[in-house]
Parts: sequence; C-alpha cells; structure tokens
Amino acid sequence: MTDMIVPSFDDETSTGRKLAIICSKGNLDMAYPGLILANAALGEGIEVHLFFTFWGFDIINKETMGNLKFSYLGNTAMHMPGHFGMSMPQGMAGLPGMTAVTTKMMKKQIADLEVPEVPEFLDLLHGSGAKMWACRMSADMMHLEKEHLYEGVEDIISATDFIELTDGAQLLFI
Amino acid sequence: MPTTTIAGRQIDVDAEGFLTKPEQWDEELAQTLAANIGITLTDAHWAPIHFLRKDFETQKETATLRRVSTVGGIPVKDLFALFPGKPAKKMSYIAGLQKPKGCV
Repeated sequence: MTDMIVPSFDDETSTGRKLAIICSKGNLDMAYPGLILANAALGEGIEVHLFFTFWGFDIINKETMGNLKFSYLGNTAMHMPGHFGMSMPQGMAGLPGMTAVTTKMMKKQIADLEVPEVPEFLDLLHGSGAKMWACRMSADMMHLEKEHLYEGVEDIISATDFIELTDGAQLLFI
Repeated sequence: MPTTTIAGRQIDVDAEGFLTKPEQWDEELAQTLAANIGITLTDAHWAPIHFLRKDFETQKETATLRRVSTVGGIPVKDLFALFPGKPAKKMSYIAGLQKPKGCV
C-alpha cells in the first residue's frame, strides 16, 4: 500500500503553533472576528489564548455578553442591505432607537448563517479548549471580579502575565 | 482526482486523501481510514461518525463541529478528546466525507 494517500493531520508544521488574540472592542460586529478566528484555530489543533481588555470586557461580562450592540455611526462602509452602492446616511445612525434596529438586523444575519450568539459561542470555544483571560486593569477600572465574568474565563491577569504565557505565539489585536 | 488503494479497494480521493465519493464508504473502510490516522474506533467514535453520515444524506454537506454538538448532541469537548487536534477534519475523513466548509 505504498500509494495510499492519507491526510497529514499531525504534521510537524502545525504542532506547537500558538495564537494569542486580544479582544479590545465590545461592539457586536467587533466581537465576532476574534471569536470566529479563535474557533477556526482551535479546530486546527492550535493552542489559543484570548485576552479580553477594555471594551472587550463586555464580551465576557455576564451582564453584557448576551446584549452587545451594533451601530454604524462613524462606519462609512455601512450600506443598505443588499444594495452595495447605497450608503446609509450617517445622521440616521444617531436617531433614537436606530442602534436597536441595526443590532437586530445584524443578529438576524448572523443567526441565518447558523453562527451562535456570543454566550453560546464562548461555550463552544471553552469546550474546544480555548484559554480565556481577563485584563486586570480593566477589571479594576470597572470594579468587576471573576464571579461577574463568563465561567470559562481562567483568571484575571496582568498584561505582563499574558505576554509571558503567550511566548512564541502569533498575535492578533482586535 | 486521484484514486488510492484502501483496504484492497480502489477509492476516489482528493489531493489530501479525503474521499470524493461518499458512496464508496462503508463501516469496514472506516476502520482502515481511522487506522490510517492513528485512531482505533470505539462506540464513542462511531456515534459522531454515524451522525455525520446521516446528516450528510439530508444536508448534502459535512456537518461542522458545532452542528455535531448542537444537532447531534455530542459535546465539542468529547469530540476533541476522541479525535485529538483536528476533530472536524479527522471525523469527516473517517466518515468518508469532505472536510466541513462552514466557518463555525
């Protein structure tokens, strides 16, 4: 059976690879890139560490994680759904209730792709072996303790600790 | 597309070795595919593999890890334990299917 073609799942190039993702934003649309890339990396057998800092704390704060919002205020790339040439007027984004509308729209588009909401996504990452860390300075600023955070969060640690434990990792700042 | 000899049979595969014709698969072949990547199949392994095959019949695409967990009812953590490293790819290889296309 010398001619057998077998996938090389455990080849040298992928073993020992490490990815560090710093999640610094708490908007709905800025939470997903980190979560999706973490999930993809975990599925490839890569060791993944996520560091939640500043606004990114909203992704792991039990009170906010299920209720992240999306506004297109300041985002000139926003267009009418399905109409790529038509920009949404910036002034409209500031109208009362508009953030609720755009958040609902985005959540529906995400759900239509069978991508889970943030809390369930965290469960998926936790189950896949992701290591989640919360930023010490952010926790102190917001007067939050570990019990206020998603259960899968390993610990509240300093930036120095995170840099130390992600030695040799590839790094993404989102 | 190349063919390769697995368990004494001519099997159609893609460049990486994933089966391109799911109908060429049977449980006996799965044993050999599993052995090829260093896995000995137990009942716990069969559950997700059977789910993948069954789901493929209706969906016409390979279920992602999340789907095996939410629809198939097998926790993601267990899948990582059964098929270490790259569970989605390893499961679909053993199940004679293409690797999943979905992001999540």
